[in-house]
Amino acid sequence: MKWLSAPIMILLVALMLYATSGLPDHADPQAPANVHVSPTYIEDSVEDTHTPNIVTAVLADYRGYDTLGETVVIFTAGLACVLVLMKRRSNDKAAVSKHHSSDHL
Amino acid sequence: MIKQRYQSIIVQTICSLLIPFIQLFALYVIFHGHYGPGGGFQGGVLLAVSIILQRLYLGTEVSFQKFPPKLALAFGAIGMLIFGLAGLIPMATGGAFLDYGNLPILWVHGAELRYLGILIVEIGIGLAVFGSLVLIFDNLVGGGGQ
Repeated sequence: MKWLSAPIMILLVALMLYATSGLPDHADPQAPANVHVSPTYIEDSVEDTHTPNIVTAVLADYRGYDTLGETVVIFTAGLACVLVLMKRRSNDKAAVSKHHSSDHL
Repeated sequence: MIKQRYQSIIVQTICSLLIPFIQLFALYVIFHGHYGPGGGFQGGVLLAVSIILQRLYLGTEVSFQKFPPKLALAFGAIGMLIFGLAGLIPMATGGAFLDYGNLPILWVHGAELRYLGILIVEIGIGLAVFGSLVLIFDNLVGGGGQ
């Protein structure tokens, strides 16, 4: 069954390339993504938030919910790291003390 | 592995000189996010880098006393709390979630209030990122939990 993966891969690549041809051109001003909410952000963000940097205004104000999620992800990653490594360290200690006691015997 | 001080006077001098400037630049990046590239994420990483550099050249034994690992966890949690409250307090005063225009700060209104809300949120992000990265580093080198 291993030989099957190559034609499936080629088929998927062809499908992707075909789908890519339907995307709007890069930086096309008439692309759907650029005519929906972007003009509002560009025209109104300074008036709405007094923030000259549109990126900051979108990141922290208009799309604040998204940024809250990102921050939660980072903080959760830190907490998960603590939990995983703390467990490993206490196991190491137990192994070391076991090793020492067998040395003395 | 990095418990002891790094045995080189050049490294020690350069690091001790660099750290305050890195921290100053981190604060600049956080507070200048309204006008240029930067913001909470980048500034928080720079703040974390200053603490990690201190850990590397002073050794964890001394550095853990100067900046305890538990403090990093506290900073991360306080940052998340600031962001969460910036979202929830406007709901209590009649706005939507994360609607900074309804923050109960009496002497600023409208767009200025949203400007201030963005700053508060950026500080919260900075603290959360700073705490998380220092926390990860401390636990990778060992001894972060104690």
